[in-house]
Amino acid sequence: MRRYSLVILLAIAIFAALPYVLPTYYLSLTTKILIFVLFAMSLDLLIGYTGLASLGHAAFFGFGGYVVGLLVVRGQVSEWIALPAGVALATALGALFAVLALRARGSYFLMITLALAQVVWGIAFGWRTLTGGDDGLPGVKRPTFIVSLADENSFYYFVLLMVGLSALALVAIVRSPFGHALRGIRESETRMLALGFNVWRHQFAAFVISAAFAGLAGCLFVYNTRFVSPDVLHVVRSAEVLIMVILGGVGTLLGPAIGAAVIILLEDFVSSLTQRWLLILGIVYVVTTLFAPRGLVGLYRDYFSRNRKR
Amino acid sequence: MIALDIENVTKSFGGVRALTGVTLSLNEGERLVLLGPNGAGKTTLFHSISGNILASSGRISLFGDDITQLPPDARARLGLARTFQITNLFAQLTVLENILLAVCGAQKLTFKFVRPLDRYDDIQKRARALLEEWNLVDAADRLVRNLSYGEQRQVEVVMALSGEPRILLLDEPTAGLSPAETLRVMEMVRKLPRDMTIVMIEHDMDVAFEIADRIAVMHQGRVIAEGDEAAIRGNQQVSDIYLGVE
Amino acid sequence: MIWVIHTLNGISFGILLFLLAAGLSLIYGLMKILNLTHGSYYLVGAYIGSTVIATTGSFILALIIAPIVVAALGAVMERFFLRQFHLDELPQTLLTFGFLFIFADLSLWIWGGDPIMLPKPALFSRSIDIGGLGYPTYRLLLIGVGLLVALILWWFQERTRVGAMLRAGVDDAEIARAMGIDVSLLFTLVFAVGALLAALGGVLGGPIIGAGPGTDFDVMLLAFVVVIVGGLGSLRGALVGGLVVGLLDNFGKIFFPEFALFTIFVPMAVILSFRPTGLFGRA
Repeated sequence: MRRYSLVILLAIAIFAALPYVLPTYYLSLTTKILIFVLFAMSLDLLIGYTGLASLGHAAFFGFGGYVVGLLVVRGQVSEWIALPAGVALATALGALFAVLALRARGSYFLMITLALAQVVWGIAFGWRTLTGGDDGLPGVKRPTFIVSLADENSFYYFVLLMVGLSALALVAIVRSPFGHALRGIRESETRMLALGFNVWRHQFAAFVISAAFAGLAGCLFVYNTRFVSPDVLHVVRSAEVLIMVILGGVGTLLGPAIGAAVIILLEDFVSSLTQRWLLILGIVYVVTTLFAPRGLVGLYRDYFSRNRKR
Repeated sequence: MIALDIENVTKSFGGVRALTGVTLSLNEGERLVLLGPNGAGKTTLFHSISGNILASSGRISLFGDDITQLPPDARARLGLARTFQITNLFAQLTVLENILLAVCGAQKLTFKFVRPLDRYDDIQKRARALLEEWNLVDAADRLVRNLSYGEQRQVEVVMALSGEPRILLLDEPTAGLSPAETLRVMEMVRKLPRDMTIVMIEHDMDVAFEIADRIAVMHQGRVIAEGDEAAIRGNQQVSDIYLGVE
Repeated sequence: MIWVIHTLNGISFGILLFLLAAGLSLIYGLMKILNLTHGSYYLVGAYIGSTVIATTGSFILALIIAPIVVAALGAVMERFFLRQFHLDELPQTLLTFGFLFIFADLSLWIWGGDPIMLPKPALFSRSIDIGGLGYPTYRLLLIGVGLLVALILWWFQERTRVGAMLRAGVDDAEIARAMGIDVSLLFTLVFAVGALLAALGGVLGGPIIGAGPGTDFDVMLLAFVVVIVGGLGSLRGALVGGLVVGLLDNFGKIFFPEFALFTIFVPMAVILSFRPTGLFGRA
């Protein structure tokens, strides 16, 4: 237990010191990584813990982002309202999608979440008068929560705080009786029903919680880029966050965090060399599936347990 | 008091009748064994008692409450527990985690988001006590998927018992087990408290007659005979279709 | 009379959707693989078709070469990649998504980023008179070819030995294996046929909806909606679903131009709430 707290303290110290060490470019890259860490962890609550593979998670990420963008740019609304509204409406959208998608399982669930997410994308793309369509909404200025978060350093600390608190909340959730019940549902719905658990309500709650954190990540993302376009809602985003989760390792919270960092760093590195980022990403998908189907955390564990047995 | 009352229950799957007017009644603390050849409708009857399928017509009540239309989880919360013919435990979780979930379900500890499960001392104590009581302490930290079939069966029975159910349904608890494993599981059944109502599907005659207070024989979706050992052994129809070979 | 035209448009689009969804549905029915690369088969089919037409000037050659090349791609994907993850959903999703990206970026590399329209074959580039309004004969050809393909598929599935094996495999792969059916070869064959149908859709649909970056996603999504409505694993579902979605899409665009997607998705949501596995699907 003491070693555990030590690791956390060390992590906090390192993250807090980063603005003093890293050049601005890499600091904002770290901010981006943190945002995707949250996004990936939120999806893993659904996939890794509850066993529901969603291919439409960008819907909540992007919807939260659009709510913030629209309120700030079109409505000139205070950030004290815009950010909570972004999270709240993403959560509400999660509840709506959950009701529709949870009627199905497996491949149907996957297709339905994907299709529903594309509807939201279609609206953002098509409703030009409101959303600006393909051109998106520029000029989403960074918020002021007591202090201005306009510069990279203070915005980084804000994101660090938000993602840190969310991570703590997610860790608490997966360790709580509720989190254990989700694992049970992942393993066998029939058995959980026989034990007296209302499986649907648990899945619904997991879906909504997952949508809420994805929505928060989306709000932070839009504040970070100061811009929102249909890109945040696209199925490529849903796929990208899925690969982050699987590359890192499903069913752990650390795995998706590592996966997010690896993918974002890789993207940054590859796109500085070539235009063919999508091709490389595709190859990463295939190679990951072939050689690390249980993710990096799974690889590490296999290696570790093999060495220990020897 | 009547624990389980099944009145004229029928179930058809797309025109095929699996159950035809089944009527059975159990008093509290009574132990009933269902016998019958494969396809007689025993497991279908079990599923309609536990709510995994809904009866097409008829009425099922549990301790006086009509449960005919309730989903399985609601029936479980009324004190009904069951095992399945095909074990479906939480394969990727440890034995302890399996039992913990069963205890959580039994104590209605759901939708608690904050405090870690490790810190619920009463739940942990209860799970440990169950492991002690049923000799599973050594297996506590093993993944269920790494257990032998017989061990999985034992874990399943313990999970069903963890909520101190008022009525327990056991679907062929000894099927596919070695003689030694069968003895262990039957030992568990014998140790169950006398006031627990039990319905068990069993193929092994000797086991059935030893456990049962009463036996019901099913054939082609109907109960064709009911009574104690002597009555069943003496029943001509039963010997014709079921014991005919002996 | 204008409504006859709109209805014909809806039907021809629906027939095209059937070609795209049939393969998706067959592959799922037999192997339980949700193939996210399916839209890419359309895209690559249309692109290869355009190259064939540009070099040889023959639409017929395009209709032959493009589907065969894409069928080979599908067979390779099944044999060397998907095979080892039988019935394992996450790796399958990931692999097929990976191929979606690879095909999309390679297509962009080879054929550039400008959307293309395939030229109509000379014989079917004119219009005929329907109640005083001109109607392109090409769309009638599309309906004809689509129905012919549906008929062939039906005959193949119901009347041939391989079709009987396929039906057995859809019902229960284990039993099919036990009966001595070479499931392995069947898997590759069905995957190739599914890819072939989508590429055929690409060449046939090329003169109507064209192809360009993003068409792969659009086509995949439409095919999903078709099988969600019709039910996975059933040819009849793909045909009925295709026609329903084709007509809804066509009339939706007329009545609600800004929210065309809604006219497809709202009925989809309604159907789902009553039949979660589609009109003709099995759980």
